[in-house]
Amino acid sequence: MRSILKASAMALVTSAALATGAFAADKLSGDMKIFLDTSNPAPRATFEGIIAQFDEMHPDLNIETTIIDRDGYKTQIRNFLTANPPDVATWYAGNRMLPYVKTGLFEDVSDLWQGELAEQLASTKTALTIDGKQWGVPYTYYQWGMYYRKDIFDKLGLSEPKTWDEEKANCQKIIDSGAKCYTIGTKFLWTAAGWFDYLNLRTNGYEFHMALTAGEVSWTDDRVKKTMANWRELIDMGAFIDDHTAYSWQEAIPFLVDGKAAAYLMGNFAVDPIKAAGLTDDQLDFYQFPLITEGIPMAEEAPTDTLHIPSGAQNKEAARAFLQFVATPEVQTSMNASLGQLPVNNQASVNTDDKFVQQGFEMLNGASALAQFFDRDAPAEMAKVGMEGFQEFMVRPDNLDQILQRLEKTRERVYK
Amino acid sequence: MSTASLAKSDYETPNRSWYKRNEISVTPWLFLAPAILFFAAYVIIPIFQSFEISLFAWDGLGAREYIGTENYVELWDDPAFYTSLKNNVIWLILYLLAIPAGLFIALFLNQTVMGIRLYKSLFFFPFVISQVVVGLVFTWFYDPTFGLLNTIIGWVGLGPINVLGDPTYVTYGIIAAGLWPQTAYCMILYLTGLNAVDPEQIEAARLDGAKGWRMLWYVIVPQLKPATFIAFVVTIVGALRSFDLISVMTNGGPFGESRVLSFYMFEVALSEYGFRMGYGAAIAVVLFFIMLFFIAYFLYSMYQDERGR
Repeated sequence: MRSILKASAMALVTSAALATGAFAADKLSGDMKIFLDTSNPAPRATFEGIIAQFDEMHPDLNIETTIIDRDGYKTQIRNFLTANPPDVATWYAGNRMLPYVKTGLFEDVSDLWQGELAEQLASTKTALTIDGKQWGVPYTYYQWGMYYRKDIFDKLGLSEPKTWDEEKANCQKIIDSGAKCYTIGTKFLWTAAGWFDYLNLRTNGYEFHMALTAGEVSWTDDRVKKTMANWRELIDMGAFIDDHTAYSWQEAIPFLVDGKAAAYLMGNFAVDPIKAAGLTDDQLDFYQFPLITEGIPMAEEAPTDTLHIPSGAQNKEAARAFLQFVATPEVQTSMNASLGQLPVNNQASVNTDDKFVQQGFEMLNGASALAQFFDRDAPAEMAKVGMEGFQEFMVRPDNLDQILQRLEKTRERVYK
Repeated sequence: MSTASLAKSDYETPNRSWYKRNEISVTPWLFLAPAILFFAAYVIIPIFQSFEISLFAWDGLGAREYIGTENYVELWDDPAFYTSLKNNVIWLILYLLAIPAGLFIALFLNQTVMGIRLYKSLFFFPFVISQVVVGLVFTWFYDPTFGLLNTIIGWVGLGPINVLGDPTYVTYGIIAAGLWPQTAYCMILYLTGLNAVDPEQIEAARLDGAKGWRMLWYVIVPQLKPATFIAFVVTIVGALRSFDLISVMTNGGPFGESRVLSFYMFEVALSEYGFRMGYGAAIAVVLFFIMLFFIAYFLYSMYQDERGR
């Protein structure tokens, strides 16, 4: 009886939300604790806004929000999920949530993935599915690609490359002009994984990449070596800035801004700091990572950020309503407009004033498949050893065989 | 009850409580009890727990699985472990430079001139500020684009050197940063030690014609033995605890070349990508035995000193 009531209340709530974006029927009460990793200014303000909105619709509900530093959150989540679980927590899709799903710390929310909502969120359903069940709800995702200096390209007479040969030809001209092609800061390793992901997706395709990160293919496979050989072409050309091991991704931005490097392979979150560092929309533009192997469909990276309900939550009813609220097209539209990212809900609209979001939206709509990111597709331990190997490869490409053997050894242990 | 009305005589054996009877032997234990209790709960028991966890495969969240000595077997041919161990040894050796450096600065500052207190406190300053700040300052100092180091060596036409990004220099670069506060610490120990140096012995040595190095080595340094011992202890312990500087300056990189055992343990067990409590515990056990070697030596020499008196 209770569950029927709950379900119908839920349905009512959802339909009301879909119809008007406002909740009329409202039975939620008690306390709800929300833990967020959105410590950067824009995401923080975004979440505070929608939580206030949700709070207004449920006057009886007492919402308590805790915002934790984004990097600190990644290690703290283990402690609070076991010791002091909130009702809603942010996290990431893909294998990154596996340790918490496997140990039963995340609540199965398959019931939210029903009917209309499931269709609207379909593009990320696989990324949130483990063992045939869904474990969270996405609130945003963003594209990866080449953010480049349009003014430098114009000055050198270059155009956006479509193929690997054009990419390399462009790069050679940039190097001849005395600059570097790509800025990167590999101090925290993951930036190098962005390069590996794209090179592997373009050289061997999405299926191979997924099989590799799922541990089904050997790291000493010839196809992996082909990816690395492509990467090596750029390294041998001197395409990347020197001393990248000393910089974080933010510290690599000045090279792009000063014109010492012409492009940056990054996620869309980099646009904000790049613009804040002084580049305008006329100087900065975006292109899709070019085709490498003919005939391989273009898959893209689109890391998805998600909301989850810990299984130890006290107020799961309110938590479910909140997840549903965040998944609605209206909320996703307004959230992502202020985040400067892409809504997952296909009924939501993107901010057309933002050319990067617009381009990313078109690119991802045309993508054959979406990868999460190396450290979200591969299990934590494999990701760590892998990214360390990529960094070493970028500095000492001659060590390739040794590096791949090390990765293979890790693979044999991690996936058994 | 006829006895109740009897007046208490002074000669009557008083009915003393058990505590009163054993006061002398019990009281020290009572005072020690809190310390013993907490030391056991937070130090001794966790040591044995580490031994136990090192025999399991455990992600810190789910069920643990007994795997015997497999963690140690894996450690045996883990190149990252040997890199960390090698760096630990480099740390131990080079960190000891803080002792002579501290001694010379102390000798230099041990004089009475105008404002010497200010100079002393300026030299002591690096020890007062947090290790995290020291790490950040040196990270900027070493920065390959705008760092002071590369600007200076640029004047003589060298560089740039990417100290923290190059596997050959990175450990030395971090140790140099660590020596800065550690030298200050040793200096303050020696400054207090120098106050206790007997002026009569110096006078006598002078009459016998000792000066310069001979005076230092045969007269001053022997009298500073207690300060040297403490400086040695804190420096060894500091070298083995070298975690914060590595975490702030390189995060163990590039590709793990600046890790030491304590950082590697943190990385595999507790960091963003670390879920291997068992393996981390195995590293901790190895680190424990290395430390135990030094601790045993310190305890032994302290015991010898006590007996000698």
